[in-house]
Amino acid sequence: MTTRRTFLKAGGCALVAYAAAPRFLLRTARAAQANGHVLVAVFQRGAVDGLSMVMPHGEAGYAAGRPSIGLQPPKRDEADRAIDLDGFFAFHPALAPLVPLWENRALAVIHACGSPDTTRSHFDAQDYMETGTPGVKSTPDGWLARAVKTRPPNQTPFRAVAMGPALPRTLQGDVGAISMQSIERFDVRAGSDGSVRRGFESLYEQGVRDLLHGTGRETFEAAKMLRSANAAHIPPANGADYPRGQLGEALRQIAQLIKASVGLEVAFADMQGWDTHVGQGAERGQLALRFREFGGALAAFAQDLGSKMADVVVITMSEFGRTVAENGNRGTDHGHATAMLVLGGGVRGGRVYGRWPGLARHQLFEGRDLAVTTDFRTLFSEVATHHLGAPAAPLFPGFRATQPSLGLFA
Amino acid sequence: MTRQEMQERYPMEKRPFRIAAELQAAKVIRAVMSERQLEEVMVDFWFNHFNVFAGKGDVRWYVSAYERDAIRPHALGTFPDLVRATARHPAMLFYLDNWLSARPDFIVPAGPNRGRNAGLNENYARELMELHTLGVDGGYTQRDVTEVARAFTGWTIDRPQINGRFVFRPLMHDGGEKVVVGHRIPAGGGQGHGERVIEILTRHPSTARFVATKLVRRFVSDTPPPELIARVAATYTGTGGNIPAMLRVIFESREFSGEDAYRAKIKKPFEFVASAVRALGGSTDAQGGSALARACAEIGEPLYLAQPPTGYADRADVWVNAGALLARMNFALALASGRYPHVIVELPAQVTGTDPRSPAAVLDQLLATIVANQAGPATRAVLAAQLTDPQITRLSGDDRGPASTDVAKLAALVIGSPEFQRR
Repeated sequence: MTTRRTFLKAGGCALVAYAAAPRFLLRTARAAQANGHVLVAVFQRGAVDGLSMVMPHGEAGYAAGRPSIGLQPPKRDEADRAIDLDGFFAFHPALAPLVPLWENRALAVIHACGSPDTTRSHFDAQDYMETGTPGVKSTPDGWLARAVKTRPPNQTPFRAVAMGPALPRTLQGDVGAISMQSIERFDVRAGSDGSVRRGFESLYEQGVRDLLHGTGRETFEAAKMLRSANAAHIPPANGADYPRGQLGEALRQIAQLIKASVGLEVAFADMQGWDTHVGQGAERGQLALRFREFGGALAAFAQDLGSKMADVVVITMSEFGRTVAENGNRGTDHGHATAMLVLGGGVRGGRVYGRWPGLARHQLFEGRDLAVTTDFRTLFSEVATHHLGAPAAPLFPGFRATQPSLGLFA
Repeated sequence: MTRQEMQERYPMEKRPFRIAAELQAAKVIRAVMSERQLEEVMVDFWFNHFNVFAGKGDVRWYVSAYERDAIRPHALGTFPDLVRATARHPAMLFYLDNWLSARPDFIVPAGPNRGRNAGLNENYARELMELHTLGVDGGYTQRDVTEVARAFTGWTIDRPQINGRFVFRPLMHDGGEKVVVGHRIPAGGGQGHGERVIEILTRHPSTARFVATKLVRRFVSDTPPPELIARVAATYTGTGGNIPAMLRVIFESREFSGEDAYRAKIKKPFEFVASAVRALGGSTDAQGGSALARACAEIGEPLYLAQPPTGYADRADVWVNAGALLARMNFALALASGRYPHVIVELPAQVTGTDPRSPAAVLDQLLATIVANQAGPATRAVLAAQLTDPQITRLSGDDRGPASTDVAKLAALVIGSPEFQRR
């Protein structure tokens, strides 16, 4: 069978950005079995200010409440200014690395997106977004785990991987998800001493068929797979240069797992530091630094994967947004709707999706926040059903889709 | 210490992390060193049952006092006392938002939310019934949740920035008549309404069953035998929720000592870490405690940091995954090789008396001391096979005994073995 990948290699096509590939190739890739499709979720923890991330410069009400944190409207050819996207919205200047993806229609923005639940508690709201059940705290599993469960069985231990010290709520739920801090450290660390590793392997290899032994065998198989694929040493391709920091590290390793062909289907990474209550800054400052890392990491990831990005979708999310007006500490408080991004996988990029509700006072939520016009579950379902072939019903218990789909994918 | 005192004692930059870290270290040290192991086990169990998350805002200021004053004194006391103590503790009031809960027309008189209409918050009421007492299928409705929430209005925190102690504020309270799971509470209100609710809930047969189930799951197996649950629940009802009485029924039961329960439970990371140090005859100090607490986090159970009110689950499938197993094995290696400098593990002492020229004797001794000779034949065979591995069986330079690094490897293998993950 000629997969798109072998076609490209054999044909000697040096496609650097998948988005430049002819549409028929993309259709073939999607028509192929769902094997090889990867969904990567990136959680901006702390409630990112969507109004700074994707600034509505065409909106009259934007600047008034933001004397010290408001961005200047874009100005062509002026550096360090917001970057116009479509005449109404603009990227924060620190998100410049994402602009080529936008221009190649490989990146979509969904604005005024969020949860119907009105909690302003980070921890509750993150919980609701990870379990996919706003308002309900007793949901035992996460939506990403449920998405994995709907897929055909896959024997690899790497089908669902979270980069980080602990398994996030969204991947809890009996799908054998792995969390790891680093690929290199995912092994028995006995230095050059192979005997100990062999010893442990033998202990878990025994015939007993229980959870512990079964998982133990999978673990060693997983570590072996990583070793033989030399996953930890696969270099970034296409000149991709990941920024230093937690997210860059995580995405770089997720890319390694993808390139190592270990059967990855779903990956998760998160980034802290978005809770800018004090001294948020504008074009420069605290938030700008976070955007630089965020944008740089996503752009490097797309560049690193190159044509493989046709099989990979990255979706970013945050538990809620921030107040339209700044507070008394030149920062913002907890808000409601925010902006989310979708990259890769045949997304119809270069557009801002969602109905823009406006920033006039009567258009705000509780008179202070950007209103939610797209339920995050609408967005997540669309991405999961399209990219992973997951049937919509079990993903978000209690959710009745009242909105039409966004039309993110062709 | 009051909040203010804490803020003075701990420097600003390190403050919140230091308190949590110290608490974690203390918990580990107690688990390793305490002679009163059952008490430590029950403190851990009840803290988890009445979980608060140290990472949520002000909880970090209240959590040490919470464990010390609300949990520990009653861990081997009675269940209703635990409910009463946790209901009024600022850690719980803050964690489940009850400190904000007020009657519908209450206007906040002062502070940053001055002039705002506060309103009822049902978070604590729901978790009190769902997670603390009746259980999710215990027979309550949404209506009951609202009624219970009304009863607890006014249960709040006095001057959180300075004092941080429980206070009942009548102005916030909704004193009207209430009906809670069929029991009518006449109007008149006051703090007594909340206390009456606690009485009603802790006397409810669903609570007896719910508590019994959790205890049996903790000590016997992930699929708790229904007959034993029934006997423990009956004890709850007959003794007003006396915890030692219930434990005695469990420990004396044939289910507890039966084959099905033998090593049926997987140790949670905290138990695993503490038992590993104890099994190697180890001891630790404050810094060692911190390092061991970090190990708990690496293996999956960062102490006091369970986010949801359900706390850390008590089921094997939550704890057994690839990353966690590797973390356990790596911990075993590091511990046995002395890579935890403040955790003293006297390995050679474990094997004194054995013939140093016989690695098999060393192994037997290790298995006897670490897993009390309960290693299965397959494990023993594997470990015995290791003994022919030249790397393991070198003798030390002076021919006096096996090189301590090799005893360390054997010990690591035993601690990381499947058997040792169970209890």
